[in-house]
Amino acid sequence: MYKAKDGSEIFIIDGHVHLWDASPENIRNIHGKQFIDCFYGYHASLSPPEQLWTAEKFAKYGAEQMVKDLFIDGPDDMAIFQPTYLKDFYKNGFNTLEQNAILSKRYPNRFILNGAFDPRDGEGGLEALEAQAETYKLRGVKLYTAEWKGDSRGYKLSDPAAYKYLEKCEKLGIKNIHVHKGPTIIPLDRDAFDVADIDHCATDFPNLNFIVEHCGLPRLDDFCWIATQESNVYGGLAVVLPFIHSRPGYFAKVISELLFWIGEDKILFGSDYGIWTPQWLVEKFMNFDLPDEVMKETGKELTMTAKRKILGENAARIYGVDIASQRAKLDRMEQVAA
Amino acid sequence: MSLSLEARTQAVRAALDQVTDPELDESVVELGFITGIDIAETGAVDIRFRLPTYWCAANFSYLMAADMRDAVRALPWVASVAVTLDEHMFIDAINDGIAQDKDFGDAFPTEAGNDLASIRLQFGLKAMERRQEALLRHLLAAGHDPVAFLSLDIAGLEALPLDAAGAALRRRYLERRGLAGGLPRALVTSAGEPIMHETLPVYLRHISRVGLNAEFNGALCRGLLAVRYATPAALPAEPDLADFMRQGIVQTARP
Repeated sequence: MYKAKDGSEIFIIDGHVHLWDASPENIRNIHGKQFIDCFYGYHASLSPPEQLWTAEKFAKYGAEQMVKDLFIDGPDDMAIFQPTYLKDFYKNGFNTLEQNAILSKRYPNRFILNGAFDPRDGEGGLEALEAQAETYKLRGVKLYTAEWKGDSRGYKLSDPAAYKYLEKCEKLGIKNIHVHKGPTIIPLDRDAFDVADIDHCATDFPNLNFIVEHCGLPRLDDFCWIATQESNVYGGLAVVLPFIHSRPGYFAKVISELLFWIGEDKILFGSDYGIWTPQWLVEKFMNFDLPDEVMKETGKELTMTAKRKILGENAARIYGVDIASQRAKLDRMEQVAA
Repeated sequence: MSLSLEARTQAVRAALDQVTDPELDESVVELGFITGIDIAETGAVDIRFRLPTYWCAANFSYLMAADMRDAVRALPWVASVAVTLDEHMFIDAINDGIAQDKDFGDAFPTEAGNDLASIRLQFGLKAMERRQEALLRHLLAAGHDPVAFLSLDIAGLEALPLDAAGAALRRRYLERRGLAGGLPRALVTSAGEPIMHETLPVYLRHISRVGLNAEFNGALCRGLLAVRYATPAALPAEPDLADFMRQGIVQTARP
């Protein structure tokens, strides 16, 4: 819960969080070490200095720290777990659905659990997805189309094999397909930046929502065009939002382009915790005003209504969360805890 | 050795300075990628470089390594060139491929889209658009008439009286103008087509998104490199387009 300056309460759904274990004990090989080092690079280069963690804490911060950073010190009311398996790099995986589920059970009503699939897993993968969906009541999945697998250098979501999975998602009630289209963080080639496959899927699966994480940066121009054409394409702000601290002028331009092209109803907040913590991100976002010059160029404003939508209402809508009743549930839990 | 070691080192540095990161359109020297230059009496040159992450795309990494090798090899006194990349997922494939003068496709036979020429052109055109945006905004701010400057040919644009900053932007733009081909006009779209003065504002917004992408990458790369090697973030020696645009925002919006 974030209390705005005018006293109004803003319901926050953090669309992108992780609980990972990159401690030395869990690292399988050099790739695992380099992977967490790269994540730490993002953390250290885009966080305000007072928010910096040590590399040791960053590698494994633990569940208690996470709950504290999101819900106690931080403003999140709910958070969406996006898994990242990376079992080739980490003995027990980096951040799996199974691990996320343990925390979710301990803190009911706080987390939304998303799953994952890889169309290159064929029939077996479809069965696994079905089992996952049943066990965890999945409403969403997170996909890395650029991930390498054996000799494969990634896949397109418009491939026939991927369509089988998307059809399965439709049947299973998994409505929200989060796709990583952003900076290079796992072995991938330049097609990783390409968002064209989303265009086809969004047309062919009008009942699914496609959330392009990191807004397709560094291909913002293509992403804006596609998202404008398709009413079921959304942009996730993870990695984009931290620029609000180090390069506010740049952030202003990007968010105003997004407001112009895809609109305030289709942008979702995400901290990408533990890379960044939601507290400072939300605080800065709430206090952020677009410079006049930028507003003049796009004719769009970042109003209080828009901020409210981006920080929670949009995610609530696509994940079927009723904010009023969810708030009441959380209040009751707090009273019980107190 | 007819040239002093210092003169040779300077020549190598100047040659490397002409090599750009294709995505960022900035010199590999200014980006802080070069970590060592060794020159032997025999004319053998040894160059070492590093990148912001272990995961930086293999095709871009290869392209930069090959460009460095070729730029230095073109110096008349150079007998041989070795280019070595540090700490990278594909360190062996890249270093061996460059040493053996292999094509990227031969060094990475399973890589999808292993045609470096098309990548080079694609990103070269993006660089052209960024450089063009900076030049167009400069010309407009300096009060030049778009109807007139949009119809100039290359000689005409070169003859246009500009201040030092404008002349630098023009020089940078014209370095990439040839990639678009098309009309004899100096200022054209990436497809070589004319830019109409009636739609110039829309066109400018369109190409400004290319700059936004590049600034995102540039900021990330500088930040990641600085954290990875615990060095202060390298700053460009001269203001780049991103700086130009930022100044535009700051000066006009925050009086």
